[in-house]
Amino acid sequence: MNVRLPAAAALIALGLTACSGPAAPAPVGDALSGTIVVYAAASLTATFTTLAADFEADHPGTTVTLNFAGSSDLATQITEGAPADVFATADKKNMAKVTGAGLAAGTPMDFATNTLEIAVPPDNPAGVTSLADLASAGVTTVVCAPQVPCGAATAAVMATAGLSLTPASEESSVTDVLGKITSGEADAGLVYVTDVRTAGDAVLGIEFPESSSAVNTYPIVAVTDGALAAAFVEYATGSAARDVLAAAGFGAP
Amino acid sequence: MVGAALVVLPLVAIVARVDWAHFVPLITSESSLAALSLGLRTSLAATALCVLLGVPLALTLARTSFRGQRILRALVLLPLVLPPVVGGLALLYTFGRRGMLGAPLRELGVDIAFSPTAVVLAQTFVAMPFLVVSLEGALRTVGTRYEAVGATLGARPTTVLRRVTLPLVLPALVSGAVLSFARALGEFGATLTFAGSLQGTTRTLPLEIYLQRETDPDAAVALSLVLVVVAVVIVAVTYRGRGSLMGRTG
Repeated sequence: MNVRLPAAAALIALGLTACSGPAAPAPVGDALSGTIVVYAAASLTATFTTLAADFEADHPGTTVTLNFAGSSDLATQITEGAPADVFATADKKNMAKVTGAGLAAGTPMDFATNTLEIAVPPDNPAGVTSLADLASAGVTTVVCAPQVPCGAATAAVMATAGLSLTPASEESSVTDVLGKITSGEADAGLVYVTDVRTAGDAVLGIEFPESSSAVNTYPIVAVTDGALAAAFVEYATGSAARDVLAAAGFGAP
Repeated sequence: MVGAALVVLPLVAIVARVDWAHFVPLITSESSLAALSLGLRTSLAATALCVLLGVPLALTLARTSFRGQRILRALVLLPLVLPPVVGGLALLYTFGRRGMLGAPLRELGVDIAFSPTAVVLAQTFVAMPFLVVSLEGALRTVGTRYEAVGATLGARPTTVLRRVTLPLVLPALVSGAVLSFARALGEFGATLTFAGSLQGTTRTLPLEIYLQRETDPDAAVALSLVLVVVAVVIVAVTYRGRGSLMGRTG
C-alpha cells in the first residue's frame, strides 16, 4: 500500500498534466493545434458537446476537453487553480468571481440567454395553466433556492407578477427541480426553457408572459492566453454556434 | 502513513479556511440554526427508529438460522455501500407520491413528500446498518452460554432477553446507536433526492452547506467545521477504550 499509493498518485498527476497541458502552442499562420479545456455550465452540456465536436472537425489536430458542472462550482474550481482555458457560465455573477480574481485573459462576451418556463408532469395533475396557479394552495410547487441563478430568476418573475410563493421545496439546482417534476413528487416547478426541451416527454412545458422579466445571460471568456482558447470563444459567440444554441431553446444575447 | 495523511490533510485544510472573525455569526444565522435544529431532531428520531427496528433485526440475524439469512444480512447492510443518491431514488419510488407505498398512503391522506418524515426515512435507511452490524457482532461474540444458563434457571425467553442478553450487549447497542446518529446527521444524498430542501422543514445541515456554498463559502466552511467537530467527538467517544468501532462488547 505504502509503495503503491505514491505511484498511483504520480499516475493521476501525469494524467492531469496531460489533460491540462499547454493551452495552445504559438499560432503558425492559421493552423490551430493542441488541446484546450473548456469549463461550461451544466445547462450547456448538450450544446457545448456539439460545439466542441464541430470545432474539432473544423480544426483538425485540436482537442476540446469539456468539464460541466454548476456555474458556482466551476467558478470555485477555477479560482482554486483548476486548469481551465475557457469558461462559460449560466450567469454574470459567477463569471464576475473569475474576472474579479484577475483570472480571465479577456473580456467576457455574452453568447446566449435563457428564460424560465413552468414544468409540470405530462398529465398535469394539478391543472396548472399560469404562473398564478403555482401560488395556489392545492398545488405542490418546487423551485430553485434564491441563492442559485434559477432561484434568483424565480424571485424576479414572482415579484413582477406580484405573487408570493410557498414552495414545498427550494432545491439547490435546476436539475433537482426537474427531478421532482419527472418523478411526479411535485405538481409544478420553474425551470429553464432549455431544461424543458432536454427533458422531452418527461415533462410538459408551459410558457408564461412574466418570464421576460428575468432573462439569464450566458457569458464566455478565455481564461488562458492562447490562439486556441481565443478561437473557441470566437466560435462559441459566432453564427454557427448560434444555430446550435437556438435549437436547444437558448435565446440570442 | 500516506493513508492517514489522505484523511487528515483535508481536515486541516478546511480548518485553515475558517473565517474565525465571523465564525460565531456564521453558524448562528437564522438559516444555520434552523438547519442544525432540524438535523438534530430528525437524527434523533432516525436513531430511535434504528433502535426500534434494528434490535429485532440484529437478534434475528444473530440468534436464529433460516434459509436466505445470508442474503437478508447482505441486503440489510446494502445501504452502507450504496451511493446515497441511489438510496434516495429507491425511497422516492417506494414512499414518493407515485411510489409503491406512497401512492396508497396518499389515498389514506398520508403525504410523506417534502416533510420532515421523509428526512427521517432517508436517515434511517442509511444509518440502520451501523446499528445492526454493531449489535449482531456483539451478540455473536457474547455467545449463547449465559442465555442458556438463564433459561435453565427458569427464566422465560423475554426475561433472558431483558436481564441477560441486552445488558451484555448494551455497550455495542449504545455505540451502534451513536454511529447511526452521526450517519443520520450527515445524511445528504438520499435527503436531497427524496425529501427536497426547505428551510426548517427538510433542509438539514449538509443541505444547508451545499446551498450556502453557492453564495457564501465562508458560511459553508463554518458549518462544515461544526459537522467535522461533531463527527470527531462521536468517533472519539465511541472508539474510547475499545478495540474496534463495531462488533465488540467492550
